[in-house]
Amino acid sequence: MSEVKYSKEHEWIKLDGDVATIGITQHATEMLGDIVFAELPEKGANVEKDGTAGVVESTKAASDVYTPVSGEVVDTNQAIVDDPSKINQDPEDSAWFFKLKIKDPSEMDTLMNKDDYDKFAKETSA
Amino acid sequence: METKKTSLYQLHQDCNAKFVEFAGYQMPIQYSEGIIEEHKFTRNHSGIFDVSHMGQLFIYGGEDLIKDLEKIFPLNLKNLKLNHSKYSFLMDKDAGIHDDLIITKTNEGFLIILNAACKDNDFKILKELLKEKYKMVLNENRSLIAIQGPKSSEILNDVINGVKDLNFMSGNWFKFENQKVYITRSGYTGEDGFEISIANDFVDKLTRELINKGSKLIGLGARDTLRLEAGLCLYGHDLDKDKTPVEANLKWAISKERISKGDFIGSDIIIKQLNDGVSKIRVGIKPEGRIIAREKTKIFNQSDVHIGEITSGTFGPSVNGPVAMGYVGNEFSKKNTKVFLEVRGKKHPASICSLPFYKKSYVKGVN
Repeated sequence: MSEVKYSKEHEWIKLDGDVATIGITQHATEMLGDIVFAELPEKGANVEKDGTAGVVESTKAASDVYTPVSGEVVDTNQAIVDDPSKINQDPEDSAWFFKLKIKDPSEMDTLMNKDDYDKFAKETSA
Repeated sequence: METKKTSLYQLHQDCNAKFVEFAGYQMPIQYSEGIIEEHKFTRNHSGIFDVSHMGQLFIYGGEDLIKDLEKIFPLNLKNLKLNHSKYSFLMDKDAGIHDDLIITKTNEGFLIILNAACKDNDFKILKELLKEKYKMVLNENRSLIAIQGPKSSEILNDVINGVKDLNFMSGNWFKFENQKVYITRSGYTGEDGFEISIANDFVDKLTRELINKGSKLIGLGARDTLRLEAGLCLYGHDLDKDKTPVEANLKWAISKERISKGDFIGSDIIIKQLNDGVSKIRVGIKPEGRIIAREKTKIFNQSDVHIGEITSGTFGPSVNGPVAMGYVGNEFSKKNTKVFLEVRGKKHPASICSLPFYKKSYVKGVN
């Protein structure tokens, strides 16, 4: 299994073979506050890198969730739709959003590693 | 213009507040526990809100002032008892709402609590209407805090003895550290509680004492979810100059006796709307499922005709689901009417419901 990568839109992505698991980062949940609604893409849908692939809403506002790579949606996490507070509790593990069969593994190279993302998150929230 | 800070700014920082700019002030939107916990803590225990950005307008005068204010507000101020409060509006001649407010009769005149974003304009309007006959002070030397929730009476009474005997919508002068504080039993959360007007130099000390007794600071985020669950309007969203008190479904706040005389600003339109009905009216809206319909969401009827708009919508932590209010054509305002809300291009089912979403637990008393 490859290392976890991060996008500038505060998604994380973990690749296992040609299937990627995607969610939003701990930092994103801290910025959003209490998450009370989640909408996920349809299974079987094709999503394009940097395109919208879901929505999360806090008590304050709605935010789009983007996909950091292109691919076909093969699974979605119904548990976070049924109880969106799970996203605040465990964003970078059990509260993943969707799984993609990825189209182009080289898209992974455009993303940040953990150190770069942590630096980016710190700078952009300052 | 530089953003202002309230006298509790340091305390907000000490409590890890996240700040937002609101009506020209740096205000806490939430603290470390987050909006949902703060909301529930207020409902179950006691929360303190810094509302010092709101205007505290003192107008000094006697019988003449009462007569002059009755030309402005649709209230029977002559019969209002000393230290009793009423919810009311400052309207234009078309009954459009400049601001909603709480007016209290004091031994020196009246105290009017105004919305932060409206207070300077309200002051100008009132000064002109009263033709500078009376001393008017929009007091910047006093802070205003609200303490709300079922434990608030006990907590505040421990610090300022006697407040627990106040009745709902009435107030009095009390002492804290030898300072005169004006306390009313009121609030905007749907809970029992108090609003405390106190000199800026003493508000930090009072608030810290209340925290020591078990209350907690609550941000504007939870204030919004609490007031919406309680079915209460937010000026600039649910109320504005294009809406009248009748359209806002707030005719209960207009004195019947004053309507029969019809001699206040906007009374022509109010009387006409009460007789002939209105074309749009404020209603509660309960979305089915979990979808949140926020301000400006379009409302459609079952034949896909656009019938209105959401003016406030969020997730209600005590209701544990989405809640909203908005304006619809009068013919669609009946409870349980099925409607559709357009969110991100899709139409979601909802129904018109009665307000509040969350039942009030105000302390009532003899008036």
